[in-house]
Amino acid sequence: MSDVSVIASFDFELLWETLFLKTYNTRLVVVSVTLLGAAAGLIGSFLLLRKQSLLGDALSHATLPGIGIAFALMSALGMNAKSLPGLLAGATITGLLGVLLVLAIKRTTRLKEDAAMGIVLSVFFGLGVAILRMVQKIPGQSSAGLESFIYGKPASMIASDRLFIIVVLVITTFACLLLLKEFTLLCFDTNFASTEGWPTLTLDILLMALVTAVTVIGLQAVGLILIIAFLITPATAARFWTNNLRHMLWLAAIIGAVSGWLGASVSALLPKLPAGAIIVIAAAVIFLISMIFGRARGVLPRFLRHLDLQRKVGRQHILRSTYEILENTQESHPIQNLPISMDLLRKHRYWSKGELAKVIRQARSEDHIERRPTGEICLSESGFGEASRITRNHRLWELYLIKHADIAPSHVDRDADMVEHLLGAEIVRQLEAELDLEKPIVESPHVINTELGLQSEPTS
Amino acid sequence: MNWTVNDLHIILVGVLCAMACALPGVFLLLRRMSMMGDAISHAVLPGLAVAFLVSGSRASWWMFFGAALAGVLTALFTQWITKFGKVERGAAMGIVFTTLFAIGLLLIEQGAGNVDLDAGCVLYGALEYTPLNLVTLFETEEFLIQMPHAALVTGSALLLNILIIGIFYKELTLASFDAGLAETQGFRPKVIHYLLMTMVAVTTVAAFEAVGSIIVIAMLIVPPATAFLITRRLPLLIGLSLALAATSAILGHLSSQALPALLGLPETMSSGMMATMSGFLFLLVWLFGPQGLLKKQSRELVAPPTL
Repeated sequence: MSDVSVIASFDFELLWETLFLKTYNTRLVVVSVTLLGAAAGLIGSFLLLRKQSLLGDALSHATLPGIGIAFALMSALGMNAKSLPGLLAGATITGLLGVLLVLAIKRTTRLKEDAAMGIVLSVFFGLGVAILRMVQKIPGQSSAGLESFIYGKPASMIASDRLFIIVVLVITTFACLLLLKEFTLLCFDTNFASTEGWPTLTLDILLMALVTAVTVIGLQAVGLILIIAFLITPATAARFWTNNLRHMLWLAAIIGAVSGWLGASVSALLPKLPAGAIIVIAAAVIFLISMIFGRARGVLPRFLRHLDLQRKVGRQHILRSTYEILENTQESHPIQNLPISMDLLRKHRYWSKGELAKVIRQARSEDHIERRPTGEICLSESGFGEASRITRNHRLWELYLIKHADIAPSHVDRDADMVEHLLGAEIVRQLEAELDLEKPIVESPHVINTELGLQSEPTS
Repeated sequence: MNWTVNDLHIILVGVLCAMACALPGVFLLLRRMSMMGDAISHAVLPGLAVAFLVSGSRASWWMFFGAALAGVLTALFTQWITKFGKVERGAAMGIVFTTLFAIGLLLIEQGAGNVDLDAGCVLYGALEYTPLNLVTLFETEEFLIQMPHAALVTGSALLLNILIIGIFYKELTLASFDAGLAETQGFRPKVIHYLLMTMVAVTTVAAFEAVGSIIVIAMLIVPPATAFLITRRLPLLIGLSLALAATSAILGHLSSQALPALLGLPETMSSGMMATMSGFLFLLVWLFGPQGLLKKQSRELVAPPTL
């Protein structure tokens, strides 16, 4: 009886200890991978804005020969051949060499960047695999674990490695934040930056160095094939939500951190699942959601905004057409709001029956147009005011274009149509001041022929 | 170095595979889509995994079908993300292929963990083992002509690619150089585009078993790029790419036999060395070729090329 209880308590303690230790380890893994995600998201944003996302791919593949060579050298020198800083130093050297080769090939040959990246990526990777295979059977050193650089395995890191990784990541992130202004300038207007006296080449190299640092540090956790996703995906996802760079950087860092955290925790719970793959899939899911719903550039909000604009344009067209017809059919000023027939409207702008019905339905839902029992339509009180305002804006813009853009009066109607829907009250006030036209009614600069739906120059 | 019939077989498979890849690679290069080759050869992994899980065998038409589908999907998704999301093409490609590769890794780890399909095999292949799987072509009492099964597969891929490029030479050329004109002439550049993507995917699958995707990526990109530095004529470009691809494969295997002994190391991998050798040839042409870096001083800068 007492024996059993002793064994039970012993087991329990062991389990507790293991669990505690394991929790501690897991915590370190999760923290380092989360930090990695944040740093990669941050730096990947600049890479994305520089339109050099795939350069990270060439870079990560180019690190493999360095790992192999460093392993061989360290074992030849009798050191611990799997010391992480040593391996990563090798990775950094060949990685940077790869990036420099890409730039050199692009500069000195007729080949484009994609071919240059492809050459470096495939040749360095091939060389790396060949070297890894060669050094695998060096007597006295086990190369097991080097494979984790290809597919990624956070659990293969030992505790001192993780501290090293965390330190490098924190330094990288701070460097990136310190250089925020310079990098922003580099991304948006390189030529301006160089004329302002900024050392753009040095900045470019610094950015590449930071990318290299994050890539190399991330190799062990995510693997060299998938590390590129850490650089690209969070940044691209964040881009859908905002047009503000600072917000984008924050968001990219958060998205990267969340994917990293998810990937590392899931793979710690279920060791059979490769962490790199989970991280990439988590990031991809966030990307997909962002691409669809992202507020600034997402597909759905953009589509809705487009639909909204289309409605607004259609409504403004029908109001202006009605107003122009009223003007043309009446001698007296100010004109009166009388019902007009659908046929007249259709001729005026070449609407098909279906289109016209749709536009009228929208205008009616906003109480701008009323339908008479006779089948004619009539502007409402508010519609009439709106119509006269829209027509006036249109003409102001036409006059402005004729005066300042030298557009012929016979052609100005369509050109004005491209912009007038976006004129705000402020711009209209500026137009009035510019054209010296404060009166409520502005004459059309060209003849509006309602019967034929044609607009031609005034005869006199 | 012990020269055996095995080496001959390995070289045969390598050469056939390299040439099969170089053909579509020329058109990828002309369309500035070389990285698409890289993306597709990674992204076929889930197609292979699903096909493997469905059919339960490695050598089957399912594999070809699954991979070709995954390849076309890569191109399609990239297109969609670029078009609808207004994302730069490089970034879109990166997102698509890493995601597909990750899904493939998960599927393999989960479903096929204990069988003989693993990610490493897709990446590196097993060129050294191809001579173990021989097919008898011709057998009488005196003669026995055999070739590796992989040679048959990659050879078929090469023939298929020659056939497709032979038939659609005009369309491929026009669509590569002037997609707009091709469209107005009724050549459907989009169909040609996806045809090319399918070719790349099918070639990748044909090659993956024997040589892995390293060679596929290298041979898709490097020999055409090297040839591009030598000539501006398309027929010559294709011919040179094939020759360079074959040379890289031969040199690759030879060096994989010679190099480790030189360094006092046990062995290396032929497929890796084949990729390395293609890079070595590129380096030679880059430095010493007709427009090589070392000749730059003696020559005026010429106007941009017109192929």
